[in-house]
Amino acid sequence: MSLDIATTRRIAKLARIGLADDELETVRQKLDGILDWFNQLSEVNVEGIAPMVGTETEAMRQREDVVTDGNCQEAVLSCAPDKSGPFYTVPKVIE
Amino acid sequence: MSYTIEGKTGIWEIVVGLEVHAQIVSNSKLFSGASTRFGGEPNSQVSLVDAAFPGMLPVINKECVAQAVRTGLGLNARINLQSRFDRKNYFYADLPQGYQISQFEYPIVGEGTVEIELQNGETRQIGITRLHMEQDAGKLLHDQDPSRSFVDLNRSGIALMEIVSEPDIRAPEEAGAYLRKLRQILRYLGTCDGNMEEGSMRADVNVSVRKAGEPFRTRCEIKNVNSIRFVMQAIEAEAVRQIEIWENGGEVDQETRLFDAARGETRTMRSKEDAHDYRYFPDPDLLPLVIEQSWVDELKKALPELPDAKRARFQQEYGITSYDAGVLVAEQITADFFETVAKGRDGKLAVTWVTGDLFAALNRTSRTLEDSPVSAASLGKMLDLITDGTINGKIAKDVFETMVETGDEPEDIVEKKGLKQVTDTGVIDTAIDDIMTKHADKVAEYRSGKDKLFGFFVGQVMKETKGKANPALVNEALKAKLDQ
Amino acid sequence: MLTGLTLTEARAGLAARKFSARELAAAHLSAINSLNPKLNAYITVIPEKDVLAAADSSDAHYAAGTARPMEGLPIGIKDLFCTRGVKTTAASKMLADFIPPYESTVTAQLLASGSVFLGKTNLDEFAMGSANINSAAGPVVSPWQRKGDEKAALVPGGSSGGSAAAVAAGLALAATGTDTGGSIRQPAAYCGIVGLKPTYGRCSRWGTIAFASSLDQAGPMTRTVADAALMLEAMAGFDEKDSTSANKPVPAFSKAVGKSVKGLRVGIPAEYRAPGLAPEISAIWEQGIAWLREAGCEIVDVSLPHTRYGLATYYIIAPAECSSNLARYDGVRFGSRAEAPSLDELYERTRAEGFGEEVRNRILMGTYVLSAGYYDAYYLKAQKVRNLIRRDFTEAFEKVDVLLAPTAPSAAFAQGENSSDPVQMYLNDIFTVPASMAGVPALSVPAGLDSQGLPLGLQIIGRHFDEETVLSAGSVIEAAAGFTHKPALFAEAGL
Ligand SMILES: [Mg+2]
Ligand SMILES: [Zn+2]
Repeated sequence: MSLDIATTRRIAKLARIGLADDELETVRQKLDGILDWFNQLSEVNVEGIAPMVGTETEAMRQREDVVTDGNCQEAVLSCAPDKSGPFYTVPKVIE
Repeated sequence: MSYTIEGKTGIWEIVVGLEVHAQIVSNSKLFSGASTRFGGEPNSQVSLVDAAFPGMLPVINKECVAQAVRTGLGLNARINLQSRFDRKNYFYADLPQGYQISQFEYPIVGEGTVEIELQNGETRQIGITRLHMEQDAGKLLHDQDPSRSFVDLNRSGIALMEIVSEPDIRAPEEAGAYLRKLRQILRYLGTCDGNMEEGSMRADVNVSVRKAGEPFRTRCEIKNVNSIRFVMQAIEAEAVRQIEIWENGGEVDQETRLFDAARGETRTMRSKEDAHDYRYFPDPDLLPLVIEQSWVDELKKALPELPDAKRARFQQEYGITSYDAGVLVAEQITADFFETVAKGRDGKLAVTWVTGDLFAALNRTSRTLEDSPVSAASLGKMLDLITDGTINGKIAKDVFETMVETGDEPEDIVEKKGLKQVTDTGVIDTAIDDIMTKHADKVAEYRSGKDKLFGFFVGQVMKETKGKANPALVNEALKAKLDQ
Repeated sequence: MLTGLTLTEARAGLAARKFSARELAAAHLSAINSLNPKLNAYITVIPEKDVLAAADSSDAHYAAGTARPMEGLPIGIKDLFCTRGVKTTAASKMLADFIPPYESTVTAQLLASGSVFLGKTNLDEFAMGSANINSAAGPVVSPWQRKGDEKAALVPGGSSGGSAAAVAAGLALAATGTDTGGSIRQPAAYCGIVGLKPTYGRCSRWGTIAFASSLDQAGPMTRTVADAALMLEAMAGFDEKDSTSANKPVPAFSKAVGKSVKGLRVGIPAEYRAPGLAPEISAIWEQGIAWLREAGCEIVDVSLPHTRYGLATYYIIAPAECSSNLARYDGVRFGSRAEAPSLDELYERTRAEGFGEEVRNRILMGTYVLSAGYYDAYYLKAQKVRNLIRRDFTEAFEKVDVLLAPTAPSAAFAQGENSSDPVQMYLNDIFTVPASMAGVPALSVPAGLDSQGLPLGLQIIGRHFDEETVLSAGSVIEAAAGFTHKPALFAEAGL
């Protein structure tokens, strides 16, 4: 299966990476080559094998329900490229 | 099955399933230590984890897990001892990580059921498909600036339970009953405050229509409907829209829609073509969530009595009707109030006073049980005064009104106003004699066969005794004297 | 020469008051001044007054007799660890001006152990690369030069190339690295230093900018095995802020260094003898086997049958995780932002301009393998193969205590070589990726030079949480190899 330009465009859209048409073609070729190389995995028999999630060394620890964080508005907003008062901003969204 | 819609081509039935997002009651967020309090200064209840700063990592809140388990138990559902968190990937301004941590493949709660009751007293079982935990998103404000939307992340990362029903609902009324019942259960459990106006409970509604006996047709999802009334309206409007499409030879497209309450109609939010591709995969920052059966058992043991059980017990223990019991358990506070009044007393008398006089008084004074002028203990004491003959039922009404006005204790009111019931037969006899003398003509009429006048004499005697005479004694003595 | 010391030597010198922490730090700052313009090993050098103030505080600790384990030791920090008040860029335009209001757990622990930070070292953007040529701050040049081809700028390996070059060239006594598929071990091998990737979960990931969460692991890059043990003691430990951090005590790793390996069973994985393996790599591997045998180890042939699928599996799983991890760089809360009239255009422009080509390609590849219709064929399949790879290790470790293999399939190459075909570039990770997939600890130790005069490394891989045996075996190789070569560019600053 070969990667086509429409799929490449859809993937770029999903990843929110804006690429010009010529860039898309370059990317398509690169990814297509790598996808071909991935096809070697088709020869591995994985019947009955569970997928490995993380490194599964132990079960998840759970923390107590206490407020230990937050209340740091200044830090939270300190790196924002644009803000208004206590808010982050984005171009107007019409919902 | 009664609800149908008549179209040009015949009778249609509707098929509805609900996805309810319920904010979990907890002190801190699902994966961060920031507070969940409602109404804080914008971006003040936000940790660097919630704002998805580079290198920040999630750590799960044990109480949120417990709340999800409690809810699952309350929905008679299977608890999965092993579950997992996945990432749901999409970009939006209210989603700082660029993904929502949710449970996709392996939710913590599996199949369950909720029993609903309809207006006509019929009950129905609505299946629960699953309940999973996930993060809430932040909030956007659109009306503060002409060219920008503002982002507040206070809500971002608060724990949600998404409760998904089977497509078992067949009428708007059933959807309403289901939501009310679900909210009731959540409130009893203390796992969600069920406040739809503040957005702590929100519903996505899946609607399709079909002719009787058909398999399911294409459904549409109506997103984020924020009141029970709107859910019911949205279902009806959407069903009518779909029927029209089918009957005009069209095809209903699977899409996400919004309900416009002002116009009473649904409209497209996004079509299937631009449906999201969420790219779910196991969150590598988290390990599988493993809980012990013994812990689940502990949580189960500590569960409060739930509405269905309480209703059955009230009927049995207090000898009241199923309807009355249903009214009483609708809210936990009402049930508790009633039980304080009724404990060790006449249940039927208690229910009459609570759902009758008390509710009327609250209504009249625009108050709720939380700030009731009459406490359950006081009302109980008043019932004691009735039962032990200190006051009669009529005087009790006056005493109660005084309690509502002043908040005073019933025995003080009786004492102060001298409302003690007259049981002295001498006093009653004297009053009867006076009345009979005063109304000799009526006595004659009565004796000549006009039985109906008996009530007149009772009234006159009660008036004479300022209503305090024991009505039974009055009856007995009157009868004896008149029939002489 | 202060810049040529090991951590252990410098610690002893400081304790004996032969020189002060201030002198040691100043020597390094002057070395950085003279050589960093050539090597580009540091992206950010911490202002002199701050470095010297930290050194002064260490001198005070020595004077007061309260010196901590890393007291006064000047080190470099890979610019992937968030450092409070110090610019942290991940070598990306996206974070060009990012000053974190927090300190990563690993660097906080290093500070608490008395280390003096010199600056933030260069890397491949977001740790994605094997040559340190994908950096918004420009490539790092290896201090090593090929014999007879001194003009060629060699790569230091990657992604922790700045750390490796700095340690090799005398611009830091040691440095932190992170390893996702070989990013500590491979640059250590290319630069002739020691690099240790601990067991996944040994060092906290909190505050370290994520590449692939299920693989990322911080570790030390040092001049000796003993130094790696010392530094790991300071870096490692349970952190309740990281759900994947192991709740295990930190052993005294230093005690494992130099311990006898008599009777230790050393596995030689057959599948690493890939056809076409460079003869010099084979030769150094044979040499390593011989050294361990002489030290009393039992050499055992083992099989890791799924080794050959490690790379493809890795290049599915790591991009998948990165595509999601890097979604937070959207121009809203931190980092660079390209103004645009709509939200989607803001995202698309910010991310197209902020990310370099390799990062963009990996995000796109990861997005693809997770997307509807491809998930099962790529991502799910890769996760299953990953399980088989881990099982290979588990089974091998039933027969042996450690494994010995080359670190990389070649010595360092020159900038521009290997870079046009991504798959060719990925092959550099062929020997390092399997241990990452399994989450087991692995150490690269310099073992000798090739015919061009470039360092070659050997890799010792151990059981989960058994860094100690790995360090013991590594110190035997180190002693036998007696690797004392210095790169052509070495900053001979100081006393
Ligand atoms: Mg939903
Ligand atoms: Zn949801």
